[in-house]
Amino acid sequence: MSSRTTLIVGLVGLVAVIGLTFVLDPYRNYQLATIAAYLCVVAGLTMLTGVNGQLSLGHAALAACGAYCYAFTANGLAEQEVTGPVLLILPILAAVVGAAVLGLVVGLAAARLHGPYLAGVTLALVIALPAITSRFSDVFNGDQGLYISVERRPEFLAGRGGTEMFQAWVAIACAALVVILLRNLMKGNFGRQMRAVRDNEVAAAIAGVNVARTKVIAFTVSSAAAGVGGAVLAFMTQSANPGAFSLVFSLFLLMAAVIGGIGTLYGALWGSILLVVLPDAIGSLTKSLSLSPEVAQRLDGNLAVGLFGAIMVLVVIVAPLGIQGLLRKGRLKMQSRGTPQSVPVPK
Amino acid sequence: MTLKRNRAFAVVGAASVLALAACSSPGGGGGDAQDVPGVTEDKIVIGTHQPLTGPAAAGFSSISAATSAYFDYINDNGGINGREIEFIVKDDGYNPANTQTVVRDLVLQEEVFAILGGLGTPTHSAVIDFLNENEVPDLFVSGGSPMWDQPEKYPWTFGYNSEYIAEAAILAQYAQQEMPDGTYCMFGQDDDFGDDFEKGALEILGADGLAASERYSVANQDVTAQISALKAANCDVVFLASINGFTALAVGTAAQLGFFPQWMATSAGGDYGTLEKDYLQENAPLLLENFISTFYLSLETNQDDPWVEHFQMVQDEYNGGGEIGGNDIFGMNMAYMFAEALAAAGENPTRESIVEAIESGAVKGSGLVPLGYSPEDHTGNTGVQLSQVKSGVQAYFGAPYVYENGEVTEYTGGQVPFENGIPGSN
Repeated sequence: MSSRTTLIVGLVGLVAVIGLTFVLDPYRNYQLATIAAYLCVVAGLTMLTGVNGQLSLGHAALAACGAYCYAFTANGLAEQEVTGPVLLILPILAAVVGAAVLGLVVGLAAARLHGPYLAGVTLALVIALPAITSRFSDVFNGDQGLYISVERRPEFLAGRGGTEMFQAWVAIACAALVVILLRNLMKGNFGRQMRAVRDNEVAAAIAGVNVARTKVIAFTVSSAAAGVGGAVLAFMTQSANPGAFSLVFSLFLLMAAVIGGIGTLYGALWGSILLVVLPDAIGSLTKSLSLSPEVAQRLDGNLAVGLFGAIMVLVVIVAPLGIQGLLRKGRLKMQSRGTPQSVPVPK
Repeated sequence: MTLKRNRAFAVVGAASVLALAACSSPGGGGGDAQDVPGVTEDKIVIGTHQPLTGPAAAGFSSISAATSAYFDYINDNGGINGREIEFIVKDDGYNPANTQTVVRDLVLQEEVFAILGGLGTPTHSAVIDFLNENEVPDLFVSGGSPMWDQPEKYPWTFGYNSEYIAEAAILAQYAQQEMPDGTYCMFGQDDDFGDDFEKGALEILGADGLAASERYSVANQDVTAQISALKAANCDVVFLASINGFTALAVGTAAQLGFFPQWMATSAGGDYGTLEKDYLQENAPLLLENFISTFYLSLETNQDDPWVEHFQMVQDEYNGGGEIGGNDIFGMNMAYMFAEALAAAGENPTRESIVEAIESGAVKGSGLVPLGYSPEDHTGNTGVQLSQVKSGVQAYFGAPYVYENGEVTEYTGGQVPFENGIPGSN
């Protein structure tokens, strides 16, 4: 498919989603913004793990790095009484740079490590986060985290719901940018190199691919994407704190990538939607079951986690390529019914 | 990639987006100006965020259950002004990011009339701007931060707990009286809880009054390093600005290290019943002998107290029975205070009228010390009384104290007398 058609399809999709923000009520817009924020992180993670074969359990920490960079920059600008688009765009850029630099440092180590060892290093990153923020409490304000002065919604959006709509726009714009850039990267020459490194490092090296460089760049780019996600979350919640970027969140991000379909950007989208919609749906379900309040309260937080686990197990057994893999399989089946000679082309 | 694939994706995407739109309810459109969110002819809906899971759950999850039980009791007796109170409890796991989500859910989706007793300083400070921007009454926040008491900046927010700064000052003054030559130290949570406590303690003890001041992070369950440092500093008195789980952890860890100072805890983490039942169990009487703590409501050990008798009755009939604890009294008193505010807000309550009712002083609660509410002051309980554990029984001693402008004074007004469990009825 030509890049022009992709562009058109992408633009139509973007316009449709933006249009949707006018229809949805404020809470759904907030959820939409959350999906977009998660998509930034999961898309980067799915490229790193699915395409380049590097497993990261620490993407929450990289997102946190983005959130804190956003917070410092935004608060600094607000102190200088800067407002308007600058107060929105500059902190996001700072988040990208900050997360990319941290990603580069980790990536340099990652290039020398494999599988479980890399997972261990990235795991340490996310576990160390609360210790770091509480050790340097003067800077990070410990567990409570930082309160952020953010750019408010434009005046014409004032009133009920305008804030959430504005948040959704910012989040969608960031996610679109991240997805477009990652897509180009994955489709191009560098994408081939990443896949070659994933499949066989020795073969890739013989073929002239610089293995270490490829891995470092992939990690850095993926970290930058996580930084954008963290910045959007910080912008939405007006706060940056270690609790928001816990180990559980990190595992959820990886789960989203796997359940959605690892290595594909559509998979990242499905996974991000599920991360937001599933707990909400479970909440409605327990409410409609008219359980005793005590049981309902207990289920509220825990059932979502349990269900995620169950879905994860099911996906790995039934559809190892995730939701996107399942959809693709279904479509290929339908196509082959019509045109018997069509053969799925390996990627 | 084929065009077909993209088209299929677009179709699926559009379908999921439509599904999302279908689940969303149009937010109360078409109503006239008289419409008050969460209020109907016979019902009023309010919500809260609580740590039902996570690091603070074991100590605090019983609070919202007690509050719900008290509302059940009120509803079974005709409600307030003919309206039943529906209380929606959402779990935020003591994580500020979750608080953001669940409070938005409550305000924008469930369209609650007010938020009642949102628990936790770090969690609630994440939503205080959102609530005030949307003009949602933010009543009786469960946390002792002075942040809740800023009527100019946050006109919709009212505190509930005695402020940490007040508790610290009262504890410090007592420590100074009892052990004038002691070495004082503190072990506190690494957020405003710890900071405010330290400020209050130093106000009384002087700038270098604390020989050691250690902090913990709720994310880390190991406090050996901090307790070792306190032991090394030869502390005679350790003030605890900690939630229940970390009070237990501190006391237990110290005992393992052979370190037995005089502990002095705040009301947020010093309820003997909770510490025993949820954490220390059969070791509690030994570990907590002489343990000093503050509180500003009835203690369950005082069985002659008519408030305790009344709350115990509600506990028996609506909250699964069993002996009432400090958290239950805390939660039920909160429900009672909301009922008082609602009764005073008039036949047709609005968000403005309930705020006015509270500022007018119509809410008395059941506390040992007065509530601070006025148009200029949104502080909850203005002081505390000290209690001590003797042979596994926590009981008050001395007089209650109130704190104002850096001074601790004895309060002689006495506890609010019990008249009727349903405010506004006779």
